[in-house]
Amino acid sequence: MSYTKELIAILITYILTQNFILSKFLGICPFLGVSKKLNTAVGMSAAVIFVMLISTAITYPIYNLLVLFGLEYLETIVFILVIAALVQLVEIAMKKYMPPLYNALGIYLPLITTNCAVLGVVLLNIDTNGYSGTMENFGRAMMSSLGAGLGFMLAMVMFAGVRSRIESCDVPKFLKGLPITLIAASITSLSFLGFAGLVENMFA
Amino acid sequence: MAEKKSLGKEFTKGLIKENPVLRLVLGTCPTLAVSTSVMSAVGMGASATAVLICSNIVISLLRKVIPSKVRIPAYIVIIASFVTIVQMVVKAFMPELDEQLGVYLPLIVVNCIILGRAEAFAGKNPVLASAVDGLGMGVGFTGALFCMGFIRELFGSGTFLSGIAGINGGNGIAVPFLNENPMLIFVLAPGGFFVFGILMAVANKIAEGKGLPKAELHGCENCPMASSCTIIKKDECKSNEEVAVK
Repeated sequence: MSYTKELIAILITYILTQNFILSKFLGICPFLGVSKKLNTAVGMSAAVIFVMLISTAITYPIYNLLVLFGLEYLETIVFILVIAALVQLVEIAMKKYMPPLYNALGIYLPLITTNCAVLGVVLLNIDTNGYSGTMENFGRAMMSSLGAGLGFMLAMVMFAGVRSRIESCDVPKFLKGLPITLIAASITSLSFLGFAGLVENMFA
Repeated sequence: MAEKKSLGKEFTKGLIKENPVLRLVLGTCPTLAVSTSVMSAVGMGASATAVLICSNIVISLLRKVIPSKVRIPAYIVIIASFVTIVQMVVKAFMPELDEQLGVYLPLIVVNCIILGRAEAFAGKNPVLASAVDGLGMGVGFTGALFCMGFIRELFGSGTFLSGIAGINGGNGIAVPFLNENPMLIFVLAPGGFFVFGILMAVANKIAEGKGLPKAELHGCENCPMASSCTIIKKDECKSNEEVAVK
């Protein structure tokens, strides 16, 4: 498989078959908390995509540095600190230089620091997929982060629509609130199971 | 005597009344992700409990030293150190568990239960009370994970306690009828959401009988990021507060 094809395969895998929210359960808190309104859902997911990309870009060289000194076991502690510091820095810079962007995305940034989807994508790239070292692997890592972010957005936007329907439905009293939301999430996630095997067959 | 009584209270509140998963709705990601079997669910619960107790103790010891402006990064460093230790211990002594938990083991760092307890309790209370609070919350978390894991393993693969070497050669106890006809959907992602939803409904029903409020997502007092959060506070917490006042 050529490199370009592989990148597209990675992108589609993380958007559809390995969706971060609906099949990997990463980033459930914002999924349940912020998906009530469409505009907040879009703003939050755009901020997540942005943070995922910059944190992958920054942790990639740092991991190589850790490998150089034989300190791979420190990755968790180093990554979370780097991501937290980076998000703060970006927030400050955005507030000063790009107020319109700050108003659209910046307000979500502090919440994203402790979002497991962001640390999750970085760790998955390095530990599970073994993307490290070469420039080609950097491309793969960035692509899987982009895919994870877009998948996050897809699930959030879809679910915002589902939730606005639930609001106007008459659900049994004991299921009202969070339980029915989770069951709706279960059905949404069920629909994503249909994508299983899609990538393998598309690029076979 | 009075001290003993209040310590007991700190412990038991985490079990049921303020159960982190079913009442405070924290730590949902690991709850859904690793509860495919009892073994991995309890392993996750135990790891998180260990981190929670240790970080609560250290944060409580340092509560007068850490300046309040940088407390969140300081807490994250402390928590991340303990997570790294737990990760290395699990890798060395329980490699199968490490494989099952995968990326969710290092992700204990960003588990809201741990940062949330640091912010809400350990940063303000003495050492012993914080340790007991951590233990109670950890056991409550493990209990909720056990329920999820038990239901999902029972229906999804028709076994109980599989993956533990001592029991039936690692295959677990086969449950008659369900073992021949497992409902695979329960161990897949949709089953996780479904079982969690039903458990939450049951917990709400019990809470209602006791006159407690329903479990709501983001009661902001439990969210570690509440102090730096703007939009959600404006939008949703205000409405929550208004409801509470009414």
